[in-house]
Amino acid sequence: MDIFTQQLINGLVLGSIYALVALGYTMVYGILELINFAHGEVTMIGAMVALSVIGLLMGAAPDLPGLMVVLAGVLVAIPACMLLAFAIEKMAYRPLRKAPRLAPLITAIGVSIILQNAAMLIWGRQYVSFPRILPEARHELFGAHITDLQIAIVALSLLIMAGLWLLVQKTRLGRAMRATAQSKEVAALMGVNVDRVISATFVIGAALAAVAGVLVSAYYGLAHYYMGFLLGLKAFSAAVLGGIGNIAGAMLGGLLLGVIEALGAGYIGDLTGGFLGSHYQDVFAFFVLILVLVLRPSGLLGERVASRA
Amino acid sequence: MSLLEVRQLKVAYGGIKAVRGVDLTVAEGELVCLIGANGAGKSSVLKGLVGLVQHGGEVRFAGERLTGRPTHAIAASGVSLVPEGRGIFARLTVAENLDMGAFVRRDRTAVNIDRQRVYELFPRLAERRGQMAGTLSGGEQQMLAIGRALMSGPRMLLLDEPSMGLAPLMVQKIYETITRVAGEGVTILLVEQNANLALHVSQRAYVMESGEVTLHGASAELMSNPQIRAAYLGE
Ligand SMILES: Nc1ncnc2c1ncn2[C@@H]1O[C@H](COP(=O)(O)OP(=O)(O)O)[C@@H](O)[C@H]1O
Ligand SMILES: [Mg+2]
Repeated sequence: MDIFTQQLINGLVLGSIYALVALGYTMVYGILELINFAHGEVTMIGAMVALSVIGLLMGAAPDLPGLMVVLAGVLVAIPACMLLAFAIEKMAYRPLRKAPRLAPLITAIGVSIILQNAAMLIWGRQYVSFPRILPEARHELFGAHITDLQIAIVALSLLIMAGLWLLVQKTRLGRAMRATAQSKEVAALMGVNVDRVISATFVIGAALAAVAGVLVSAYYGLAHYYMGFLLGLKAFSAAVLGGIGNIAGAMLGGLLLGVIEALGAGYIGDLTGGFLGSHYQDVFAFFVLILVLVLRPSGLLGERVASRA
Repeated sequence: MSLLEVRQLKVAYGGIKAVRGVDLTVAEGELVCLIGANGAGKSSVLKGLVGLVQHGGEVRFAGERLTGRPTHAIAASGVSLVPEGRGIFARLTVAENLDMGAFVRRDRTAVNIDRQRVYELFPRLAERRGQMAGTLSGGEQQMLAIGRALMSGPRMLLLDEPSMGLAPLMVQKIYETITRVAGEGVTILLVEQNANLALHVSQRAYVMESGEVTLHGASAELMSNPQIRAAYLGE
């Protein structure tokens, strides 16, 4: 088997999930210059809600095809996360809109801790496993393997990203979002209800996060109340890599980070003479984050330097 | 009855009283200017009118109270402010900037007609419609800002120093446009430091100093007022 190709495939799969989550960070940052640290937890809640629904359905209707069950989980998780993000913005961030930048940042960390603890109370401390009800066929691709699930993850993510791109570039709401990101005052002068656009930004980001949460838990076969922390940090790194505030950048950064991580994990053993194993794969995201912040703080596609906070 | 009626408008930034009780009216179809030195409080008056800053006093437009309404609602009621420094969306195309001007309008046909009118008024904008607005020259950006305001089909235009930072030829071009738009029946409140220009195109004028209106009257009369000539027309 070709390790390079295999790790490239694995990286793209993981990377498309990172990209979905990174988009939520970057859209909110683009409009509010706020790093919404609670976004990783919204992703986790998406996974947990979906798993609860999946568990319930499997009990209530054991004959339902697995794909339908998971789909139902996703369809409940999406509005749940949207509602959650709407409430977070309205209750935690909006009152601080005019406060110094540190206040909403600390609040975001607070919200993220609250969500983690709430999830722990609701779903417990243990890992929740994702039932093996999805098709698991494996296919050959360029001398490597790819599973049905991997194909579905990449395809679905790309589809969602294309949809988001159309929304942002072609629709009235998308234009209002881009205008608001450039100047809230002038956007208001055009008749844009800025509060509503900001809500919409959070809610759209949360919908993507919900999908990402389900995908990542299906991929690893489990979910956990703490999973949002690392996933969120990696997705944030991906957003910074692409240029925070830049939507295309988040997509590129996510995919790239996934690939860097997978290749790094694949070769780290060889590179260090067996001293470090593939379980060190998590360090690559932070290595990349630090490298970007030092060498090119504006990221690959970013114009503005994220100088503050 | 006046289209715009401002009573005892007050604007403060923390302890700084920028506007200290300004009375001002603009009748339907009028072009009125508000002149004064830098820091007199002119921009603060306009920002107060459209709710961009909190203010005391009362603002009525077409008989309705604007005071306390959010900016986006005021914009939707037919008042359009072209802000100081133009405020174009640099990373939106020229065409997208114009579309933003028509954001609250649902009547596609009317919007298309207005877009054509703006492109006729400023052929330069038509040539550059697909270009990012940030790449335009200062004069072109001012054209875009005015064109964008016209896209809302406004009953009243508020212009904040449209001549600022522009070459003389461009200033002339912008002022021709302002006169033409006024001629088409749009009511205009024009804020300027360049008193000479503003007094020439307007019917009435208000003079502001340190947050207060110190003089007002017909522009032609103010132009021959020795005090004004000394203070604002450089004589
Ligand atoms: N955002 C602000 N914060 C604090 N002070 C301000 C602000 N904007 C304007 N000012 C002050 O208010 C006064 C009037 O400003 P402004 O309305 O911009 O005057 P003008 O438009 O006539 O030049 C000035 O003293 C200015 O320094
Ligand atoms: Mg000013």
